Amino acid sequence: MFDIIVVGGGHAGCEAANIAGKMGLKTLLLTMNKNNIADMPCNPSIGGTAKGIIVREVDALGGLMGIVADKSHFQIKMLNNSKGPAVRSLRAQADKIEYPKRMLEALNNNKNLEIKEGMVEDLIVENNKVLGVILDNKEKIYAKEVILTTGTYLKANILVGSDNKPSGPHGEKRSNHLSDNLKKYGLNIIRLKTGTPPRIKKDSIDFSVLKEELGDNEYWTFSYDIEPQYDINRQQKCYLLWTNDKTHKIIKEHLKESAMYGGYATGVGPRYCPSIEDKVVRFADKERHQLFLEPESIHYDEWYLQGFSTSMPTYVQEEMVHSLVGLENAIITKYAYAIEYDAIDSLQIKPSLENKLLENLWTAGQINGTSGYEEAAGQGIIAGINASLKLKRKEPIILKRNEAYIGVLIDDLITKGVKDPYRMLTSRAEFRLLLRHDNADLRLRGIAHDAGTINEEQYNRYLNKIKNIELLKEELKIKRLEFNETTKRVFEENNIEMPKHGSNYYELLKRPEITFELLSNFENFNYPKDVIYQVEIDLKYGGYIEKAYKEAEKLKKLEEKEIPSDIDYSKIKNLASEARQKLEQIRPETIAQAIRISGVNPADIAVLSVYLKKEYNNNE
Amino acid sequence: MDDTICAIATSSGIGAVSIIRLSGPKAIEIANGIFKGKDLSKVNTHTINYGFIYDGKEKIDEVLVSVMRAPKTYTKEDIVEINSHGGLLTTKTILELLLKKGVRLAEPGEFTKRAFLNGRIDLLEAEAVNDLIYAKNDMARNMALQTMGGLLTSKIKKIRNKIVEIMANIEVNIDYPEYEDIEVVTKENLLPKLKDVDKDIMGLLDDAKNGKIIKEGINVAIVGKPNVGKSSILNTLLDEEKAIVTDIAGTTRDTVEGSITLNGFLINFIDTAGIRETNDVVEKIGVEKSKMAISFADLVIVTLNNNDELSNYEKELIDSIPKEKRIIFVNKSDLEDNININEPFIKGNTLTIDGLKSLKEEIINRFNLNDILNKDMTYISNVRQKDLLRKSKESIENAVENLEKGMPVSIVQIDINNAWNYLGEITGESYQDELISTLFNNFCLGK
Repeated sequence: MFDIIVVGGGHAGCEAANIAGKMGLKTLLLTMNKNNIADMPCNPSIGGTAKGIIVREVDALGGLMGIVADKSHFQIKMLNNSKGPAVRSLRAQADKIEYPKRMLEALNNNKNLEIKEGMVEDLIVENNKVLGVILDNKEKIYAKEVILTTGTYLKANILVGSDNKPSGPHGEKRSNHLSDNLKKYGLNIIRLKTGTPPRIKKDSIDFSVLKEELGDNEYWTFSYDIEPQYDINRQQKCYLLWTNDKTHKIIKEHLKESAMYGGYATGVGPRYCPSIEDKVVRFADKERHQLFLEPESIHYDEWYLQGFSTSMPTYVQEEMVHSLVGLENAIITKYAYAIEYDAIDSLQIKPSLENKLLENLWTAGQINGTSGYEEAAGQGIIAGINASLKLKRKEPIILKRNEAYIGVLIDDLITKGVKDPYRMLTSRAEFRLLLRHDNADLRLRGIAHDAGTINEEQYNRYLNKIKNIELLKEELKIKRLEFNETTKRVFEENNIEMPKHGSNYYELLKRPEITFELLSNFENFNYPKDVIYQVEIDLKYGGYIEKAYKEAEKLKKLEEKEIPSDIDYSKIKNLASEARQKLEQIRPETIAQAIRISGVNPADIAVLSVYLKKEYNNNE
Repeated sequence: MDDTICAIATSSGIGAVSIIRLSGPKAIEIANGIFKGKDLSKVNTHTINYGFIYDGKEKIDEVLVSVMRAPKTYTKEDIVEINSHGGLLTTKTILELLLKKGVRLAEPGEFTKRAFLNGRIDLLEAEAVNDLIYAKNDMARNMALQTMGGLLTSKIKKIRNKIVEIMANIEVNIDYPEYEDIEVVTKENLLPKLKDVDKDIMGLLDDAKNGKIIKEGINVAIVGKPNVGKSSILNTLLDEEKAIVTDIAGTTRDTVEGSITLNGFLINFIDTAGIRETNDVVEKIGVEKSKMAISFADLVIVTLNNNDELSNYEKELIDSIPKEKRIIFVNKSDLEDNININEPFIKGNTLTIDGLKSLKEEIINRFNLNDILNKDMTYISNVRQKDLLRKSKESIENAVENLEKGMPVSIVQIDINNAWNYLGEITGESYQDELISTLFNNFCLGK
């Protein structure tokens, strides 16, 4: 008998299993193939816009993705560095051999965690309570909580042109029965699709005609707890290239042969990640589309052709690839394919990630309709923490939209549902100025400490940072600008008007043109880099941060307006019928959630609020 | 909205035909129960059917019944309209019969409310219907009709579309920083776009003033020293227009002395009784009291006596009113010219019909009343809408100011987003999803 069983060893499963073990619970991770733990079947990178911030949030919550990525990448850069602090995010080219290897090492070090190979076919369910899992060899394993992180394996089909075969990613077995059984228990099953581009043999690429993409000249880590583990000068290069007329002509000529346009696929593909044929059709007036070539690993010679995912038959893929400048003689080592899979309806999930219909069942990652390693990890760690907290009889962690990208992600899933695979974007976060890469620790380490997912050393590091931020601010309020030769020269050289004699630094740093870097020409600030960075942002963008907090405060008031779980929507007069149906289906827990449901209009919210006020005294 | 509602849809005059409207899930079933003619449950939608209304065995009226099935109806529910010929009493009998059969009497505006709640019309249109119901004159009615037709909605949507395109471009820059083919939004190319949006919103706000004039009329205060003829001006104007003076409902009723229409616009005279009755009181109190009236008025007519010299009190009074808000009217033009005044003024008297002609012409000119008529009538006219417009403008101005100060585009995006949300609140639309689909419809990105 286990406390927690995690089904699936992908990015969601690893975080869920690890954190449950870390929280002292006897945990079993079931995977179909140990060699595929933390596999990266698609792009060879961790992070990216918004996603990089999720990685830091996972790290702040005590997860593994950040540290493992820090130990296994061969290039890293801060995206949007010039675009303001709210939108910066790290992305690393992670080595597809190193990353899984180091993740497995970390899991093996978790003494409460056992890893076992096996395929889950069904759940043990009694009175809508999940008591364990049943393997394909009919073995029953019992547990108090079961977390499903099955990725794209549920009834997966691989599509290449008209060729359609039942298979998981890179030829792995698929799970044939689990989704049917979930349906049997009342869960709605939806069908999604995603795809991956071809891989190219390194020797066959003519790099001389491609544009280089380099890593940053500054050291970075995802994790708040470790020092950089790489040599800045030994980062690998990526390359940039473009499609052309010839490519587009080939695609148009063979369009009907692709799985998607030939009508061979039924799943819904992601909007933000269209196949190359989608792009050519939808954006017919564009002369070229941008592509990237990225190495997959330093241990083998396969390169990933980002931007070129397709479901064309293999002979057309050959023609397409060879039409690209630099890839005229390229050898395709793996053809692109589309993959279709079953997912559950995320509207049937609670904010804690437990299922609404089946008690003790939790889901995270692609099974919930998301896409991306980071989105999976973010849900995985929350499912793991909340399943553990439940066993400890504690309240679940429900991150708010103004607290974390993970909060935005889960809230979107449970209030809006998913029609195409959900990817995190900075534009989905209305409070993104608060949800920065640099303050994930400040936002979440307190919560993590309360939940018992980080150690004292990590907690003290966080307390120390807070203390230092305060100290530095105090110091800035006291220190004043002096008029002397040095200061005059510094301002002159930087073409900045000399401020008044005696202006204090605190006020000066609020001006866009005056930075710590400038002041450090004549003043010594003895604080860690991240503390200085934090204070600078607080001062420079204080007005906007203040605005964001005010908005968040408004939202908080709405979050506090709880909707009783026994509410009968059929009794509320004057609700629009679509709103009534959606509310009935989703059963939001607060007014704030209700507002975000599409199809529920401001008028319906007014009607609902009046009803609550009338019927339930506790509701303000 | 599970129940079925009904109301008499025509006004309760002595019209030859009156219409009873039913809306709701049981509208057809219940109407069919009291109707003899074709089986209404089987007739095609949007048909008019001849027959009789019966209460049990008793024939009540000969009627035409329109059957309109959901969703292509005003409320998006099943609607039945009974056209009765039998006058008020018969109509009421039919109504009572329907109530007996389980239909509920509609609250005022409930059909419109249902249309709104069922997504048939947006908030702006619903407000327009409300305005239409309470329209005080033909122009207000036209304006309501045009708003209802979505003209104002489409004007606001146009501005919102401009904003959302800016936003989508900024978001794409942020979410896909490595795509080199996409135009990068910079301070330099963003500023003119924002200023353009600002101008558009300003245009709507300017029009809003006209909207208020059309809907509410112009509030006029007549002030001046005792015995300069304030009452006779008012009475002369009112007498002349007596036939078309209407009873004004609404918030201003208590303070409005009377109204006339000028070129089709309402001119409401604010009660300045307090000032007129201060004959024996120190003049300073008069100044205090008139200040109240002045602040409430769109226009103040300062009345002077042609026969008297300008007093200090009158000088003070004139100075206390902004130029664009006042007309100086020198009354008693029939008497000897004793007044000396340096400001522009209008002269006239209340003895003949033509004596106030010059005053009326000045009012028409002052408010461009002839021009307003020629414009399309899509004015923002309620306080909620105007307030949101103003907030939206402020947000854009904030963005411009901070960009100029050197804030990054990704930060002032917050202001731009706010402006867009405020405009959305006017039309009652929802936001975030819309933004994301524009993002993906306009740009080509992906793995």
